[in-house]
Amino acid sequence: MKEEQDYIRDLAEIRSMMERSSKFLSLSGWAGILAGIYALAGALISYRLFNFNPGEAVEEAGADNSAAILPKIIGLAVIVLAMAIGTAIILSYKNAEKRGEKIWNSTTRRLLNNMGLPLVAGGILILIALAKGFTGLIAPLSLIFYGLALCNASIFTYKEVKILGLIEIMLGLISAYFTGFQLICWAFGFGVLHIIYGIYIHYRYEK
Amino acid sequence: MKIAINGLHKAFESRIRLGIMSALAVNDMLDFNSLKEYLDVTDGNLASHLKALEKENFIGNKKAFIERKPNTKYFMTKQGKKAFDNHLKELEKIIKKVGK
Repeated sequence: MKEEQDYIRDLAEIRSMMERSSKFLSLSGWAGILAGIYALAGALISYRLFNFNPGEAVEEAGADNSAAILPKIIGLAVIVLAMAIGTAIILSYKNAEKRGEKIWNSTTRRLLNNMGLPLVAGGILILIALAKGFTGLIAPLSLIFYGLALCNASIFTYKEVKILGLIEIMLGLISAYFTGFQLICWAFGFGVLHIIYGIYIHYRYEK
Repeated sequence: MKIAINGLHKAFESRIRLGIMSALAVNDMLDFNSLKEYLDVTDGNLASHLKALEKENFIGNKKAFIERKPNTKYFMTKQGKKAFDNHLKELEKIIKKVGK
C-alpha cells in the first residue's frame, strides 16, 4: 500500500517527466549574457572602427565607403554569430551533463527544427538583400527572422522566449521604418535583450 | 495510514510505467532510446514495462528502420490517455483529501 507521500512524489515525477521530455531547458542564462556581450562588442566595433551606420534602405552606389567596409562588417557578423553559437553549445552541453541528460535528444532536435526554418529562410533573404544592395534591410531582417525563430521555438523551451521573440520582431519593424536607428535597434535586440534575458533565466531557473 | 485506492490503475503502480505514460502524454511519439534516456533504466527493464503497458492497450508501437537498424516508436493510445488522465485525477483527489 502506498502512502500519501508516495502519491505526492508520483505527481511531482509525472510533472518533471512531462517537462523534461518536452522542453529543452539546458540553455543556460550565461549563454544569453555572453551572446549579448559579443553582439554589443560587434556593434560597437562596426560603429567605431568601420564607421558603419546604415542609414538608407537602398545604398547609392559609390555614395560612401559602404562597398569597401561591407566585407569587413560581414566578417565581423560571422565571427559574432559563431562565438554566440559556440558559447551556447558549450554551455548547454555542460548544463545537460550536470543534469545527467544527453544534449542531443528529441527535444533538442525539435527545438532546432522549429528554429531552423525561419532562420534559414531569413538568412537566405539577407544574402539576397546583400547581393541586391539593400544593405539597409539587413538589420531589420535579421531581427525579424530571429524573433520569428524564437517565437516558433518557445513552445519547446522556457515560455519567456516568446516574449523575447516578440520584442525582437517589433525592433526589426521599427528599425525597418526608422532607418537611422538601425544599429541601435540591432545592438539593443541582440545585445541588451540577450543580457537581460540571460540574467532573468539565471536568477529565475538556475539559482 | 489507509487510503482508498479505487480508481488507481494497477498498471501505474510502477514509477517507470508512470514515467513512460507521462513522457508519451506530452510527445506524439518517442523511440525506445529516448525513453531509456529519460527514465534512466536498462533495456530489459524498459522493454518489460513497455510490454506490460502494451498488453493493457495503453500504448502502441510503430516499427521502422533507420539506416537498417530497427527503430521502434511508441505512442499513447486513446485508451491509455483516458486511463492516465483518470489516474491523475485520482491522485489529485487523494492528495486533496489528505490535505484536509
